[in-house]
Amino acid sequence: MTGQRIADSALRGMRRGERTNRRALIFDILMYGAIALALVSLLALIIQTVVKGAPDLSLQFFLNFPSRINPANSGAQSAIVGTLYLMLLTAVFVIPVGIATALYLEEYADKTRWWNRMIEVNIQNLAAVPSVVYGILGLAFIVRGPLGLGPVLLAGGLTLGLLVLPVVIIVARESIRAVPPSIREGALALGATKWQMVSRQVLPGARAGMVTGIILSLSRAIGETAPLLVIGAASSPRFNPSGLGDAFTALPIQIFSWTQDPNPVFVNQAATASIVLLGILLAMNGVAIVMRNRYEQRW
Amino acid sequence: MNAVSTTSAERVRADLVRARSARSARESLIKGLLFLAALLSVATTTAIVVTLLQQTISFFGEVSPLAYFAGTKWTPLLSGDQQSFGVLPLLWGTFYLTGIGLLVAVPCGLLAAIYLAEFAKPKVRKTVKPILELLAGMPTIIFGYFALTFVTPVILRDVFGIPVSEFNGLAAGLVLGLLVTPTIASVAEDAMRSVPQSLREGAYGLGAGRLQVALRVVFPAALSGIVAALILGASRAIGETVIILIAGGQSPSMSLNPTGSFQSMASFIAATARGDIPQGTLKYETIFVVGFTLFCVTLLLNAVSTRVVSRYRQVYE
Repeated sequence: MTGQRIADSALRGMRRGERTNRRALIFDILMYGAIALALVSLLALIIQTVVKGAPDLSLQFFLNFPSRINPANSGAQSAIVGTLYLMLLTAVFVIPVGIATALYLEEYADKTRWWNRMIEVNIQNLAAVPSVVYGILGLAFIVRGPLGLGPVLLAGGLTLGLLVLPVVIIVARESIRAVPPSIREGALALGATKWQMVSRQVLPGARAGMVTGIILSLSRAIGETAPLLVIGAASSPRFNPSGLGDAFTALPIQIFSWTQDPNPVFVNQAATASIVLLGILLAMNGVAIVMRNRYEQRW
Repeated sequence: MNAVSTTSAERVRADLVRARSARSARESLIKGLLFLAALLSVATTTAIVVTLLQQTISFFGEVSPLAYFAGTKWTPLLSGDQQSFGVLPLLWGTFYLTGIGLLVAVPCGLLAAIYLAEFAKPKVRKTVKPILELLAGMPTIIFGYFALTFVTPVILRDVFGIPVSEFNGLAAGLVLGLLVTPTIASVAEDAMRSVPQSLREGAYGLGAGRLQVALRVVFPAALSGIVAALILGASRAIGETVIILIAGGQSPSMSLNPTGSFQSMASFIAATARGDIPQGTLKYETIFVVGFTLFCVTLLLNAVSTRVVSRYRQVYE
């Protein structure tokens, strides 16, 4: 009787083992299936863009302006130049403001004060605001209203700058926090003032993380379409902006307006412009990685 | 002799005090400048809220809030009797397409995160993780182009034989899911990796298998971070504009059938505001009302996420 019971329970144990194995197998299949699905789709996205866009990718595409009359000789010079200018403007605005805010919050702010806590919560919330809402802000506040700049390059750069500012602040704070307190204490003990300590020890120590984070934020900025659409970037202009007060376009806007075109030649050129945009983003990511390796500090 | 030394000592002290006060003046000037920079982000929020509220209030002076929040017809650009300002179709479009996207992105993203955190070899993780982050930062316009020129004609029509119209919610929703999958996977993986090794070792010591450790120990322990990842993904999908603008069509709908055209709050704003829209008109104000609604929705989600994280976070060591 007891022997029978032992045998039964052993058998049950084995069955349970089998069931666990089967469950593990099912889970493995699900897991690898899901990953494969996601990877294959994302791969399809990139391959499809390259296949459609590559035939038009030539030096002409970089040098010519968009043309309705002569679609075969159409290019994206104004959009490429516009994107590079936008990147520069955004950087000029966001780097000093972002780093200064991060330094204030990490090195100077007294966390027990309500206004400093409010600034922190505010930045977290700003990071979650959809980009199209920044477009509305740009339209109502920068293009029209108080600043009234019109839909010009400077307005685009400021709008994108405000959009990525919270992200820049967050990454800058993280890299400042990574500098160990002993470095600060050492500097202060040697008689440095607070600003000497911050500017000569903390900032250089946090350089690697900051540079990488800022480059990645800028690459996010130049990929944005919605805010530029809303503030009224020009579509397919045949000129480059020559100053801050000129009308402009950017690669995402050019891609969008070609996508909307009934002529299939232009729809394919949207893919060509996408390749150029992806190329710029990849290059920026590459630079970010090089910078990280070059300036990385081990404490 | 004595008098001379006192004066020189006094002079030295005076010099020191002057130097210190010049220094401390500079120090507080710097602190003030940094504080001003920090205030700029507060000013941004204020500017967003003020501009949105101003036009919203003026909008509700002409349209009753009931007609806006409970109306089922969104035709603000038509005139006369045809004009109607019910926002429900836009809300429905936003949440329905986000729902389709999350149906894809939640299982894919979480399974990928479990794989990377618990099953993958370190080498695989080190290569896959940066690729995920790169994909999470890809311009959404490229996703929109993909939805329009590949998912709709090739995948949906040719492969699955679904009779979708050229602009349809299904393609837009699915690609929305593809867009947020890397984000969910990456953030959820971070959460699971931060679960301390001792928990895993304890479970193994009690005889648990790898799958049990992953699902019953690590997953619950990282739950707050995982929920935050999901909310982040949802919030990105809700605010996403161009994919829906390009592939989802531009006519609002409250249909359950995803093969037709849809419009979301964000895609309405981008379709309507093109810089040339006349200021002070009701049409101009609709952008701000819808923008304010969208702003409130994402703010609410962010608040829920913060609450969940602070409430359910497990603190180890």
